[in-house]
Amino acid sequence: MKVIGISPHRRNFLRKAVTAAPAVALLAGAGIGVAASVAPPGAYQPTYFSADEWRTLTALVDRMIPASPEGPGAVEAGVHAFIDAQMNTPYAHGRLWYMQAPFAPDSKPEFGYQFHMPPRDLYRSGLAGLDQAAQSRFRKPFADLEPAQRDTMIVALEQGLLAIGEVPPKTFFGQLLANTREGYFCDPVHGGNKDMAAWRMIGFPGARGDYTDWVEQYGKKYPLPPASLA
Amino acid sequence: MTDLTMKPVDVVIVGFGWTGAIMAKELTEAGLTVLALERGEYRDTYPDGAYPKTIDELTYVQRGKLFQDLSKGSFTFRHAVADVAVPYRQISAFKPGTGVGGAGLHWSGQHWRVLPEELQLKTHYEGRYGRKFIPEGMTIQDFGVTYEELEPHFDFVEKVFGTSGVAYKVNGKIVGAGNIHEADRSADYPMVPQKVPYTAHLFGKAAKEVGLNPFVAASSNASGPYVNPYGCQMGPCNFCGFCSGFACYNYSKASPNVNIMPALRDVPHFELRPNCNVLRINLDSDKKKATGVTYVNADGKTVEQPATLVIASTFAYNNAHLFLVSGIGAPYDPVANTGVVGRNIAYQTMSTVQMFMPMDTNTNPFIGSGGNGVAVDDYNGDHFDHGPLGFIGGSPVWCNPAGVKPIAGIPVPNGTPTWGLGWKKAVKDNYLNTVSFDVHGANMVYRDCYVDLDPTYTDHFGTRLLRFTFDWKDNDIKMSQYVTGKMLDVAKAMNPTSIHVAQKKLGDHLDLRSYQTTHWAGGTAMGTDRRTSVLNRYLQSWDVHNVFAVGSSVFPVGIGYNPTGLACALTYWAARAIREQYLNDPRPLVSA
Repeated sequence: MKVIGISPHRRNFLRKAVTAAPAVALLAGAGIGVAASVAPPGAYQPTYFSADEWRTLTALVDRMIPASPEGPGAVEAGVHAFIDAQMNTPYAHGRLWYMQAPFAPDSKPEFGYQFHMPPRDLYRSGLAGLDQAAQSRFRKPFADLEPAQRDTMIVALEQGLLAIGEVPPKTFFGQLLANTREGYFCDPVHGGNKDMAAWRMIGFPGARGDYTDWVEQYGKKYPLPPASLA
Repeated sequence: MTDLTMKPVDVVIVGFGWTGAIMAKELTEAGLTVLALERGEYRDTYPDGAYPKTIDELTYVQRGKLFQDLSKGSFTFRHAVADVAVPYRQISAFKPGTGVGGAGLHWSGQHWRVLPEELQLKTHYEGRYGRKFIPEGMTIQDFGVTYEELEPHFDFVEKVFGTSGVAYKVNGKIVGAGNIHEADRSADYPMVPQKVPYTAHLFGKAAKEVGLNPFVAASSNASGPYVNPYGCQMGPCNFCGFCSGFACYNYSKASPNVNIMPALRDVPHFELRPNCNVLRINLDSDKKKATGVTYVNADGKTVEQPATLVIASTFAYNNAHLFLVSGIGAPYDPVANTGVVGRNIAYQTMSTVQMFMPMDTNTNPFIGSGGNGVAVDDYNGDHFDHGPLGFIGGSPVWCNPAGVKPIAGIPVPNGTPTWGLGWKKAVKDNYLNTVSFDVHGANMVYRDCYVDLDPTYTDHFGTRLLRFTFDWKDNDIKMSQYVTGKMLDVAKAMNPTSIHVAQKKLGDHLDLRSYQTTHWAGGTAMGTDRRTSVLNRYLQSWDVHNVFAVGSSVFPVGIGYNPTGLACALTYWAARAIREQYLNDPRPLVSA
């Protein structure tokens, strides 16, 4: 492996980052205080979502990014675990947003998010509403639906055609889509993108952060595997 | 209402980004006691940009760690004067900064001057095309300062920033392969241009093939080791791809923290107080002179700070907010067409063109440097005949490989679903095989695009939020469509598999949902006529002569380029006026 122009300190970091996946305590404090340790997806115990919510969320993200030969599915990548971990951050409490009333949820869409719930409440309400919608339509909880049935419901959410209670369907879909992509492509330090598999799929080198010798190698595939903060 | 009164200072600076830092340097050099108040926290390369934890897209881009904390205060928006405004609740279309360094810590580093004709936009267009060419409701005017007057300051700014680039003309002689449209310079850039990544190379090659004049754009990302005139050091950029939204861990991207702060730290008559949110500039009883400012400190105490001279150097629109809440100048009323504070707000009219290339093109888009790239200026400003086209303004165009990160959005071809297997396959196939360029259009100013105080929403301190009344106009959309259409020839010359064009259509409204640019301008315009400007040509308030405002708020019109180079050159221009004309005889420098 060719390593040029970086300090021994950085070189050590990169080596560790590539080889030492379990060493999560190595570089603690990635910024927002998320629990960094991630067990295999099957064993992850949600800290915010109830058992029913967790099943619904898992079944949702499983269809948002399904497993396929191209690369990991959202469940394999730990997207649901990421979303659960995020629920304990200031972000999910709405503390990064301007949340002063009055809210005008019927504003033109160009004005962006105008709904009163922060992510924690939005998921709580929306997941329950989605499950109820599945019950009334298919007489089953959402998590027990066939993949094609779940897809139909997600399409309806995206188009704003599926009522799920208080949360406008498009608002719920937008939140889910944003958090799914985040959990899929974030640094594994945040609990998603397990084993950097989503980065490997697309060819993103993660936290390497040093490409001076590669800028002018036009059209050549970058040879090094990704590096993570975890 | 005041809990504490502090010892008087000569100068109080409100906001410590680029322009506040420049003023602090200039006015301490003049021997004055200078206090800078910054609403956000103290920040520096260490720890705020420390490797490796800074290389974290989620924390810095999606969660916006270095951006303004909207939970404490935001803005409201509406499209028209008769509408009710709603808050900008999440950071999306623009990314205001906070903290020491301001947006200058997390900017990307694209470095431009200004086109001479944009400083005299009204005079120029009326002269070349006639008075009737300016559409009804468009309120363009002149800055009141010329390119020649600002040239020494542009040059010095580039030396302070360690700008990497290549000139075209220096002192009238052609010296290099720079922008053929660039106005004359007194010196070349202090550093050679950065290396050119693959996508920018492909863009430049295609632009040349269709007869345009591409050049390597100037960036304030260091192409090599550098020491600026203040003795501050920069290290060569290594193209890590984490510029915009981040503090540079490598001391390569110019920032107030890297390029100015080290020279201020040991100055005994300079003090920087972070976590101090200025509520208002205080005026004496006849409102002709400022007596200082009132701010809230980190402990929540209300503090009065007496000062002889006040510099408003907040981000862009915030200077208008500060003037409005302080009662400096008459608030603009678009219906009566009276007043000036808040008038002439401009944004940028962006479009983006993405070329999807065959598999295995390997554009390696993770390699990037914020300001780096190849640009074309042939359709900017008045570099082309507007006569038959019927619109005013133009667009610089660039391929700016700044590091494409995966969460923020991997470009996918038209028709790709937003989720599911189709999306997954598209991101896998296209991440390494896409080229993208931006058409960074100017935005003109209009009678009904302005800022004032919102009647409903307030910030953390109970102050009314700034309200934007703003929408797109046909002139600007026609301009953007014309330039984007011309640039499609460049896109096609790259022989892509498909092209995606994101551009505005006539009738489209300002859409705050996805990132466009943070380049707002105006609100406290400079000018030569106090009926249409808040500041005189030296950036001094017409009404309160010991208040000066700096930053892009002083632009009376929008410009095609990114604003930082011009905002900083104008700050040095104002600082010179203060040092050479004002201090020995404090008075209005221009009689109204």
